[in-house]
Amino acid sequence: MAHSRTARRRWTAAIGLTGVAALALSACAQSDRGDESGSGKVGGTLTFGAAGAPKLFDPFYATDGETFRVSRQMYEGLVGFKAGSADVEPALATKWESSTDGKTWTFTLKENVKFHDGSPFNAEAVCFNFNRWYNQKGPAQSDAVSQYWLDNFGGFADTPDKPSLFKSCTAKDAKTTVVELTTATSQFPSVLGFTSFSISSPEALKKYDADNVVAAGDSFTYPAYANEHPTGTGPFKFSKFDKANNVVELVRNEDYHGTKAKLDKVVFRIIPDETARKQALKAGDIDGYDLPNAADWAGLKTDGFDVKVRPAFNVLYLGINQLNNPKLQDLKVRQAVMYAINREQLVKSQLPEGATVATQFMPPLVDGYNKSLTAVKYDPEKAKSLLAEAGASDLTLKFYWPTEVTRPYMPSPKDLYSAVAGDLDKAGIKVEAVSKPWNGGYLTDVDQGIPDLFMLGWTGDNGTAHNWVGTFFGRTDNRFNTGKSPWGKDLADKLAAANAEPDEGKRTALYEDVNKKIMEEYLPAIPISHSPPALVFKKEVQGVTPSPLTDERFGTTTKG
Amino acid sequence: MLRYTIRRLIQLVGVVLVLSLLLFAWLRALPGGPVSALLGERATPESREALTKQLGLDQPIFVQYFKFLGRALSGDFGVSTGVQPGDSAMEIFLQRFPATIELSFLAIVIAIAFGIPLGYLAAKRRGGWFDNLSVGGSLIGVAVPVFFLAYVLKDVLSSALGLPTEGRQDAINATRVTGFFVFDGVITQEWDAALNALEHLILPAVALSTIPFAVVFRITRAAVLDVLDEDFVRTAESKGLTAPVIRRRHVLRNAMLPVVTTIGLQTGALLAGAVLTEKVFSFAGVGQALAIGFERRDYPVLLLLIIMATIVYVVVNLLVDLSYAFIDPRIRTR
Repeated sequence: MAHSRTARRRWTAAIGLTGVAALALSACAQSDRGDESGSGKVGGTLTFGAAGAPKLFDPFYATDGETFRVSRQMYEGLVGFKAGSADVEPALATKWESSTDGKTWTFTLKENVKFHDGSPFNAEAVCFNFNRWYNQKGPAQSDAVSQYWLDNFGGFADTPDKPSLFKSCTAKDAKTTVVELTTATSQFPSVLGFTSFSISSPEALKKYDADNVVAAGDSFTYPAYANEHPTGTGPFKFSKFDKANNVVELVRNEDYHGTKAKLDKVVFRIIPDETARKQALKAGDIDGYDLPNAADWAGLKTDGFDVKVRPAFNVLYLGINQLNNPKLQDLKVRQAVMYAINREQLVKSQLPEGATVATQFMPPLVDGYNKSLTAVKYDPEKAKSLLAEAGASDLTLKFYWPTEVTRPYMPSPKDLYSAVAGDLDKAGIKVEAVSKPWNGGYLTDVDQGIPDLFMLGWTGDNGTAHNWVGTFFGRTDNRFNTGKSPWGKDLADKLAAANAEPDEGKRTALYEDVNKKIMEEYLPAIPISHSPPALVFKKEVQGVTPSPLTDERFGTTTKG
Repeated sequence: MLRYTIRRLIQLVGVVLVLSLLLFAWLRALPGGPVSALLGERATPESREALTKQLGLDQPIFVQYFKFLGRALSGDFGVSTGVQPGDSAMEIFLQRFPATIELSFLAIVIAIAFGIPLGYLAAKRRGGWFDNLSVGGSLIGVAVPVFFLAYVLKDVLSSALGLPTEGRQDAINATRVTGFFVFDGVITQEWDAALNALEHLILPAVALSTIPFAVVFRITRAAVLDVLDEDFVRTAESKGLTAPVIRRRHVLRNAMLPVVTTIGLQTGALLAGAVLTEKVFSFAGVGQALAIGFERRDYPVLLLLIIMATIVYVVVNLLVDLSYAFIDPRIRTR
């Protein structure tokens, strides 16, 4: 009660003072904006326009891009990705080797590395992190919390019914860590380059109660470590998150073990509206932002901004669900859909410069991409004859497309839908169009198998094929209901076998083979395109390498 | 008077209870939900099911509602799943409400500061060029959508005046005390911070003020016209009272009743307008949280913010009703 009274008093006072201030309004309209830090090659502040607020700062519990973007400036993993590619390179581990069965991995660690809190980075710290991940309890095991662990490592120490990829971690000596896995997987070690599996300071984790995730009614609350005390080894340190002002501030780590960052500060201003981000860039309020609308690229370049196009690391596909219309279980019908779509024209007319027709469900940068595959030529007549052969000339399909969303692989769902639906019509396939908001029924309906056709896609986390085709078709009760066809199980088994193959050369060959079979024998859906997303910066911002994994680190960035 | 206030407050409790039930059901009846918003393309049947269970969304809706009600009575309105996951809905409200208050208050101040004098002048010079011009102008004010004007202000005026176009404050070191940035700057004597926050308020407040301004102006003009024709004004003039006295004591005081009512009603319009204005200016207020919350189906935050908006609306209108007594002594004696 006393509290609310003070609050009320503050309120009244605030109202009064705002009024006074408003009267002085004309006087200050012209005043100086101030706070422009000095420029030059070293120093300065990079202000980045983020589309959303980071959920928290502990990357292990992160699930979204805005959270990862901030985390990766402060943290490093055992391995990293070469700037501008999906290839693994050393980070906190200088080298590694695996046993022939692919289950035992020995990492040699970089020496003289310190966490932001001054505590030493060593083999024990690494094992502390692995054990922390593996020993998550209760609400922290939820998909909304530890999604990346669940997706990549499976279960936890106390979930025997759900096996984990992780078995144990041993600190052999201060600079040697041995990680044992329960099975071989293509995901290792590149999975350790995910921002989620960055190494945190054990002392800070303990001090700030890092694992204390609490289920609060219908959501989760996170501990102090995740909210205020992220402690990694990266070139920037956490300074503050001013929630009321929607600003995150990081400062340079003066004790960084590598080349120190040039910038004094990196500031993330949260500007949820895309148009507002563009205007803020033009007004000079921010130095850059992510995912400028493809329609704006040319205009931004004309205005003197640097549009940095990332290598395409996504796929847009036309999903086919075999559940409701048995005709779709016929390969000929699915092939007819493929021949009916003029993908070349669609890529040219609807997607940004640099987009390509997809010949399979993963882009060329991914290991196991089959170079020999080509996209079939657009042929509406062939589509019609295939439909006639299958006795499906009067085919009507329920075709879903999403509203209120843009994805990097799908800049304008409505235009893409129109193009595809128009093509299908020309081949005599009737569609019953259904549009729903992305979070307002679209995803739910797609996951519940209601549509026959749907537009969806994927942006990769890493360069392993498992992250792509393994995610799509690795199980039979997927969005395509491949289990409805006799080959659904074969496909899932082949993918599992390829993933478990420890020999890299053999594994690549297995995936190339699966990709060929997917396109020629199974065709569970129609891959359409890979489109490059972009970032945009002011010209004076240098040293940002656009990454296919959106793994842009500002440690080497300069301004001015 | 006290009994009247108490009765109105009890009514408010009833309204809030009914509203919370309706909102609770309505939000959950919306297609989609927090589960698909949280998992996106990565959802698998198991993860969907597990998360639905974890969030308690698998239970019958009345069970969910009574659980919510039980927690709400102890001050726990749930935790955000979309706007700022992990923060309590109340925290988000307390963080963002001052921003919207600052913005709406400045907008209302602008509307009153310009609307009442201009309305009075227009009425005094009825039919003259000033009257015609300002009536026409106010029509435009009502007719032009807030977000359009907001974009015009942003694109055209911001560079001319050098005013910021997004956010509540630049990324400067400012001490936060109450969450009212201008006020915080004043009490901590961080004058730069206060000024910076005020600059950030100007364009959105001007954009937001157009609707209440136009309404206040037109109501003032009409009310003053009515009063000017009254016998008591003529009597006052014939008594030989000076013009300022007639204006203050007889004309404006009597004309204010409908104006004050209008200002009260306009708070509702302001909250609606704030959603758009805050979106355009990336202003971290309640309106922005509502927009993001709706997009991501953040049930707890939406529920709390809408209920709070209702409470504010009812309380402001109660204050307006009470203020009649001060403006018009006849009501007090009734």
